[in-house]
Amino acid sequence: MLEIKCPYCGKRSQNEFSYGGDANLKRPELGKEVSDKVWDDFVYYRSNPKGKHSELWHHVSGCRQWFKVSRNTATHEIFKTSKLDEEL
Amino acid sequence: MSQLYRLNKDGYINRDKKISFVFNGKKYFGYEGDTLASALLANGVHLIGRSYKYHRPRGLFGAGVDEPNAKVQLYRGTETEPNANVTEVELVEGLVAKSQNCWPSVYFDFGAINNFLNKFFPAGFYYKTFMWPKNFWYKVYEPIIRKIAGLGVAPLTPDKDRYEHKYEHCDVLVVGSGPSGLGSALSAGKNGARVILAEDKPRFGGSLLTDEVTIGNKKGNEWANEVILQLKSMPNVTVKNRSQVFGYYDHNMMVMFERTKDHVENPKKFTPRQRLWYIRAKEIIISTGSIERPLVFANNDRPGILLASAAKEYMKVYGVLVGNKPIIFTNNDSAYETAIEFKKNGINPIIVDTRESSDNSVVKEAKNLNIEIKFSCGLANTRGYRRVNLATIGKFNSDKSGYEKLENISCDCVCVSGNWTPTIHLSSQSGNKLKYNDALNAFIPNQQKQNETTIGSAKGSMTLKQSLEEGFSKGFELSNKITNNNLKNTAPTSNERNYGQHDKFWCMPLPKKKNYKRFVDFQNDVAVSDIELAIREGFRSIEHIKRYTTLGMATDQGKTSNLNGLQLVSNIERKIVPEVGHTTFRPPYTPVTIGTIVGREVGKHYRPTRKSPMHEWHEKNNAVFVDAGLWLRPRYYKQEKETLLEASTREAINVRKNVGVCDVTSLGKIDIKGPDSAEFLNRVYTNAWMKLPIGKARYGVMLREDGIVFDDGTTTRIAENHYHMTTTTAQAVNVLAHLEYYLQVVWSELNVNVVSTTEQWAGAALAGPNSRNLLSKLFPENDVSNENFPFMGYMESELFGVPARIFRISFSGELAYEINVQSSYGIFMWEKIIELGQEMNIEPYGTEALSTLRIEMGHVAGSEIDGRTISYDLSLEGMLSKKKDFIGKRSLIREAFTNPKREKIVGLIPLDQKTMIPEGSHLVKDGNATLPNPKLGHVSASCWSAEYNNPFSLAILQDGKNKIGEKLFAVSPLKNRNIAVEVVSSHYVDPKGERVRS
Ligand SMILES: [Zn+2]
Repeated sequence: MLEIKCPYCGKRSQNEFSYGGDANLKRPELGKEVSDKVWDDFVYYRSNPKGKHSELWHHVSGCRQWFKVSRNTATHEIFKTSKLDEEL
Repeated sequence: MSQLYRLNKDGYINRDKKISFVFNGKKYFGYEGDTLASALLANGVHLIGRSYKYHRPRGLFGAGVDEPNAKVQLYRGTETEPNANVTEVELVEGLVAKSQNCWPSVYFDFGAINNFLNKFFPAGFYYKTFMWPKNFWYKVYEPIIRKIAGLGVAPLTPDKDRYEHKYEHCDVLVVGSGPSGLGSALSAGKNGARVILAEDKPRFGGSLLTDEVTIGNKKGNEWANEVILQLKSMPNVTVKNRSQVFGYYDHNMMVMFERTKDHVENPKKFTPRQRLWYIRAKEIIISTGSIERPLVFANNDRPGILLASAAKEYMKVYGVLVGNKPIIFTNNDSAYETAIEFKKNGINPIIVDTRESSDNSVVKEAKNLNIEIKFSCGLANTRGYRRVNLATIGKFNSDKSGYEKLENISCDCVCVSGNWTPTIHLSSQSGNKLKYNDALNAFIPNQQKQNETTIGSAKGSMTLKQSLEEGFSKGFELSNKITNNNLKNTAPTSNERNYGQHDKFWCMPLPKKKNYKRFVDFQNDVAVSDIELAIREGFRSIEHIKRYTTLGMATDQGKTSNLNGLQLVSNIERKIVPEVGHTTFRPPYTPVTIGTIVGREVGKHYRPTRKSPMHEWHEKNNAVFVDAGLWLRPRYYKQEKETLLEASTREAINVRKNVGVCDVTSLGKIDIKGPDSAEFLNRVYTNAWMKLPIGKARYGVMLREDGIVFDDGTTTRIAENHYHMTTTTAQAVNVLAHLEYYLQVVWSELNVNVVSTTEQWAGAALAGPNSRNLLSKLFPENDVSNENFPFMGYMESELFGVPARIFRISFSGELAYEINVQSSYGIFMWEKIIELGQEMNIEPYGTEALSTLRIEMGHVAGSEIDGRTISYDLSLEGMLSKKKDFIGKRSLIREAFTNPKREKIVGLIPLDQKTMIPEGSHLVKDGNATLPNPKLGHVSASCWSAEYNNPFSLAILQDGKNKIGEKLFAVSPLKNRNIAVEVVSSHYVDPKGERVRS
């Protein structure tokens, strides 16, 4: 079980959080026309890197804030966590 | 007969307290402080069970968790436990144990015929022998194998014991209380760190309990005792015995189980049987010691053959002799200690040493005691069916490929030692990259991945001096990283015997022309010949050889066999061991009961139960409940001998005719506030929200980004910047997370706050033609006429002084209202509704009637919003705004979603007007066509129509729009049904929706 530092609450065990996927994912702007490829990339396609990955986590059983985590997907090492509006 | 093999001195047992126990129907005595193993040995009992495959007689081999053979079935009152490790079961008065895997008894076991048929049981025998004929596996082979192979008998009754979970944090966790563990715990504790010291055995001290050493000016065991007392007096140190750390998980999460009850004679009523600890430690010190390796030789599995260290432990800890005529068979110096211990107790052992010579101090000491030593010799064979009685000792030829001469010596036990294997399981689990140590012929930890430090003999530091020094220095170093107190303690001086190099020779040749079994893995009956065969058959990877031969896959996880197996493979393949590699170490290190892992999360406590404030009323009024997610909701209110269908039909008819009341507290409720709330709702829902007036509700549908319908519900504008959203019971939690995601991550510029208020409001739905009349009685001050309070209206009022929110919304399709009050007033509201509704024939209705009402109205719910349907499929495409963008809209122009022949919701009526159509039935054109019969759609929900008194179903049907009026078949192979049906509109009752507006 990972130990994740919520930027609002501090270190907590993984079972308080839920995973939210790639933190660099950008939703296409509302009302703007986008190609099938751009849309499909947004909805379906994710890279699955081995190593450093910026991802979102949600402190569901805590402060209910979403935040960013930089984690090594192979070793589970967590390099840093930050609020959404901070640099990771 | 009593304890013939018990010494009258030595050991940590209490000779003043006799304890009786029963083994295989016979009563014996032991002492307080015994294990079942030591008590059996004290009574001369070596034969404990039968082996897994060949049913060979087997006895005790070890004295701790490494024991491969001695597993028994335990009985405590009406409870039974299989596969208990005899070496770990502490003796308590009245203990009853039985041998397992033998019939009719351990002395005469019918399955032992396998031993003579062993040609049929080579490596991989399951895969080879039982392949043909194919259907014989289930009917013939498997039941027979299950009967003759296997371990104990699983209990059939629920476990009455209580198990607990505990979470703990500390600075330094020390695993193992031998000299290195004690040293590090003391050193870290004195430096101010929060320390937990865990020991799996009842007694602390590890090797200090058995070794003749001095530390400072004290004997080893006295020093250990003193350190433990000192640790126990320190408030920052927790000391736990009977506690096995069995798993090393990510980010230094250690899992440990503590045995809290089975060793206690009269436990208190609520004492848990075991406790599972989750320990998050900043630093882990692994001081788990080492386990002695067996030597491999012909018939090396007979009862009476055991590890030399175990024989010493039985003498030193329990005052028990494992025999009177011992042979010590070794390839190293450490076993000489066992011989010396025998000699001190007046027994004359014979030492058989594979080495040409050794002149270390311990060997000289043995020589001085006139102990007979046979160098350059090995055991070529043994005899004795139920206990070893003869050893054939062979003088090696020059290259040790065979024997120059053989000699038979009678004996009653053989104590073997093939050197020591560091216990690296936890280090390996932590991700530590192990390395091979040539001197030890074993793997030791190397490259750390987590905050883990292995010390003492677990790291390959085999002397007491090294262990103590590592313990004290690492305990200080690691604790100081955390406390910075700089309170340094140094290791005390120590005195011990010196050991030299062991002989790297451990697998004895067979006597000429003999094909005796030489066992590597005792518990799974894996012999040298099995591994040789696997390699001949082409298996190369150690992971494959392991699985093919089952080497190391028994409940002991190969603690004594893995390394010998590896070395055998490396010998045969002529590769060095590190090239062969090792198999993966996985938790748990020792078996853990399922009860401990489950803890208190059993039965109803598996997850929380949510109840509405009106729950007790429902209970008193004969509600039959149904699980709706975590909620318990009344399914129907049973009157006399009604069936579910009778009751729900009665309740539904009463709604259509009079008025009913339904507890809707479980619906998800989300409070939305902020100046951008309307804009946010406009993006979240598919329809328009910018112009919803204050005091009005609107029905909305949400999509996922992939265009699939996510949830539906009504949202009401309470004030300018304040909305009240409802969700389905099932999706309440997910919808809140969804909204939070968009507000925080995607559109953080929107000034909106959301919070769940599901638990804050109690909800009651009034439905039926009399509901307005009832509402006017509940709120006599308010004008609730259709003109003043139209469909989708909202008002705030007081219910006899209690603030209330009233929504004119309907799920049943009838004239209906929903009243919300503060949860604490829920029961007041409910009772008022029932009281004032009496004259209008009010009846409560449950989820089953609610379902009936919504199905015949064609309203969709979870069975249609099933994660596969889009708005079009549910006939909700009219709610897709063309003027604005919203979540998921872009996906709707994908090819499959614009196909005009897509599925569409329709209604179904059986042609016979009588047969209920099973939910999940497939719709086909021809009910009797041969398979595969093309599927046109499926039945999502069925009910007995309260309005028309015949069955009605909703279905999702391909091109359903154009199939109204067609005849199809609903087939359910599961229920063996084939029903002719007519496709009708999904809006079966009141298709124009007049009632809700009346
Ligand atoms: Zn938090």
